[in-house]
Amino acid sequence: MEQLGTGESVAFWIFAVLGVTAAIGVVAVKNLFRAALLLVFCFFTVAGIYGSLSADFMAVAQVLVYMGAISVLIIFAVMLTRDLRHGNPFNRGWAWALVICAALMGLLVFVFIDTSWPTIEATQVEAVNQVGKDEATTSAIAESIFDKDFGFLLPFEIAAAMILAAVIGAIALVRDK
Amino acid sequence: MEVDITHYLVLSGILFSIGLFGALSKHNAVGILMCIEIMLNAANIAVVAFSRFLVEDTVVLTGHVFALFVIVVAAAEAAVGLAIVITLYRNRETVDVEKVDSMKG
Repeated sequence: MEQLGTGESVAFWIFAVLGVTAAIGVVAVKNLFRAALLLVFCFFTVAGIYGSLSADFMAVAQVLVYMGAISVLIIFAVMLTRDLRHGNPFNRGWAWALVICAALMGLLVFVFIDTSWPTIEATQVEAVNQVGKDEATTSAIAESIFDKDFGFLLPFEIAAAMILAAVIGAIALVRDK
Repeated sequence: MEVDITHYLVLSGILFSIGLFGALSKHNAVGILMCIEIMLNAANIAVVAFSRFLVEDTVVLTGHVFALFVIVVAAAEAAVGLAIVITLYRNRETVDVEKVDSMKG
């Protein structure tokens, strides 16, 4: 099985520990605004994880879309629906949820460790869909999306239409009647 | 300690379980949406990890494209979901999901 170099490994451990800590904080912290700030930090650590996987464009997209746009949306929603008396408490069924999620986590970790993940040869993947691990991925992703034979042109156009529909739907939902 | 795909998948599974626990055990609708975002990020980590480790010393870009589409859908979901939460707060003065049960049988 392929192993990453020392630098990527150190980056992985730092960002993984910080990310899991921040995610636990999002769930456990009483104050919803602080939970939102921890969520932004969790997004940042995921961008670092992408960086350790040689996914430079994904890391930048994560910072732009999640830390830039979605976190602003979430913080706006927290401010507009301020409920300081109640904060962000657990509901009645939290003990059952904890048991189920702990069991799911144990099962997932067991399966991930127990499976020997196979690799394939570079010749089995179309040349347009691969790039060396030390090269920049941005232009390669563009070629991969817009390739005539193996590209993702129709999903790309559908995604654009879906974003437009989502924006119009959000405006229609919150405008004054 | 050198890391391989197992480490990334275990991290993804742990983050997903934390997000699922939060989504199942919270009163506040905004808190639930935040936990759903954690779950989407966990799934994205697994996708990008597979695209890095499927072929040795090579990045298979199909996984990156897939993760990008997940980010697009997550952005749309956050916009519509938070609009629904704000409408809910305007009409009912609450974001507690247990108090919004008029469709409960």
